[in-house]
Amino acid sequence: MPAYSEKVMDHFTNPRNVGEIEDPSGVGTVGNAKCGDIMRMYLDIDDNGIIQEAKFKTFGCGAAIATSSMATELVRGRTVQEALEVTNKAVMEALDGLPPVKVHCSLLAEEAIHAALWDYAERNHIEIQGLEKPKADISEEPIGDD
Amino acid sequence: MIYLDNAATTRVLPEVYDAMKPYFCENYGNPSSVYQFAGESLQAVDLAREQIASLLGAEAREIYFTAGGSESDNWALKAVAETNAKKGKHIITSKIEHHAILHTCEWLEKQGFEVTYLDVDEKGLVSPEAVEAAIRPDTILVSIMTANNEIGTVEPIAEIGAVAHRHGVLFHTDAVQAVGHIPLDVRTMNIDLLSASGHKFHGPKGVGILYCRRGVKLSSFIHGGAQERNRRAGTHNVPGIVGMGKAAAVAAEHMDEWGQRQAALRDHLIERVLAEIPYVRLNGDPQKRLPGNANFCFRYVEGESLLIMLDQKGICGSSGSACTSGSLDPSHVLLAIGLPHEIAHGSLRLTLSEDTTREEIDYVVDELKKIVERLRSMSPLYEDFLRKNA
Repeated sequence: MPAYSEKVMDHFTNPRNVGEIEDPSGVGTVGNAKCGDIMRMYLDIDDNGIIQEAKFKTFGCGAAIATSSMATELVRGRTVQEALEVTNKAVMEALDGLPPVKVHCSLLAEEAIHAALWDYAERNHIEIQGLEKPKADISEEPIGDD
Repeated sequence: MIYLDNAATTRVLPEVYDAMKPYFCENYGNPSSVYQFAGESLQAVDLAREQIASLLGAEAREIYFTAGGSESDNWALKAVAETNAKKGKHIITSKIEHHAILHTCEWLEKQGFEVTYLDVDEKGLVSPEAVEAAIRPDTILVSIMTANNEIGTVEPIAEIGAVAHRHGVLFHTDAVQAVGHIPLDVRTMNIDLLSASGHKFHGPKGVGILYCRRGVKLSSFIHGGAQERNRRAGTHNVPGIVGMGKAAAVAAEHMDEWGQRQAALRDHLIERVLAEIPYVRLNGDPQKRLPGNANFCFRYVEGESLLIMLDQKGICGSSGSACTSGSLDPSHVLLAIGLPHEIAHGSLRLTLSEDTTREEIDYVVDELKKIVERLRSMSPLYEDFLRKNA
């Protein structure tokens, strides 16, 4: 197992903002169970375009849960445009770094923010400057149940 | 701390440690030297060889000391391939072998050998019929593990060895997880070559053996001095060898009793987990499994998260998830028994020892229940599952 920073361990063991938002302004799910990581992010965005609430649910390793937790912390209280600047690098730095094999988890966190914002834009028929349609979505690869 | 990762390594028993101690600072002579002082080291190595041979039903001269299980596996495969290349270049193994076998086979493929990797059934069993069907005129070796390190399945190696011999093919078994845990007899089980490792049964790390039946040609793998009847050069790791020998003697005496006790605790663990945690499956064969091995998959949770949370409760286990295997894929063993990736990611292996108590098992199950529930409450997969079944 890779060595995690104290901040990663803190966000893994006491994750912030776990859960769902009822009637969210936007929700996005990225990742793929096949690879072992799925993140779902819920955003509550007010009329002024400010993110009031961010919640997440994640299936994945310690780093995946910690980056989700940190990503929700970083976007809360920000405008939609500011949230776009919460890159994987920003999430990693806020966590005092990640082991090299876990960098993809921070990319997933960035994608999860983008996916939730994309959903928000679609629901409101608006275009968010600089936001591209996120790549991965769980709905493209349904998971079978036994 | 509750240590349930005995398939990774085991505690050196105090009596094993005591047996090793004199060979560091007092009897430090090189067993290959001529003077009397070194004779004590030589005698100690000879005794260890006998202790290990006795555990396996072999002769002492058929035991070659190595630096561990991986070296023994490499040696067995590469030496048989080299010695028999003129006869044929085909090797049969299984998809659930340890990487010491699989990666050696892949290397041999690059040297022009052909390898058949046999499928296993959903419990991880290799069928002797499948081995027989795969044998060709140019087959030189069958290598099937005695027991699987992840899911604990014990293979029908006596039957597989008989099939190999019926066709004049050599049979090697990687018995690293089995030696000292279940009874083995190289003669009645038709084994030509066998790999074992000291630290998997309460001996020290860094020492192993390769058993090679008398009459089977074995070329040298480590070249140098004349140790191990000219087959394995390098000054003997005397304390390590003494420790492995002592561990073998202890195992010979206690294996049955310890195995029965562990199997009872293992079954208690399995029964409680299956009864008290929903959406869980047992991997491997319920009966044909190592006495200390339990391996589960918990749906909707990921293995590394599970391990870290168990660690925070003082519980040591292991997982076959991608995050713990260091690659993007979960364990090749779990995939080979037919598990989809997303289920294989949620695996947990708990391996007991004779030190394990019922209280420890009950504590682990109690904590495991809470941890799985907590991780599921964070899992979008579980959320989807609940919605679908609402």
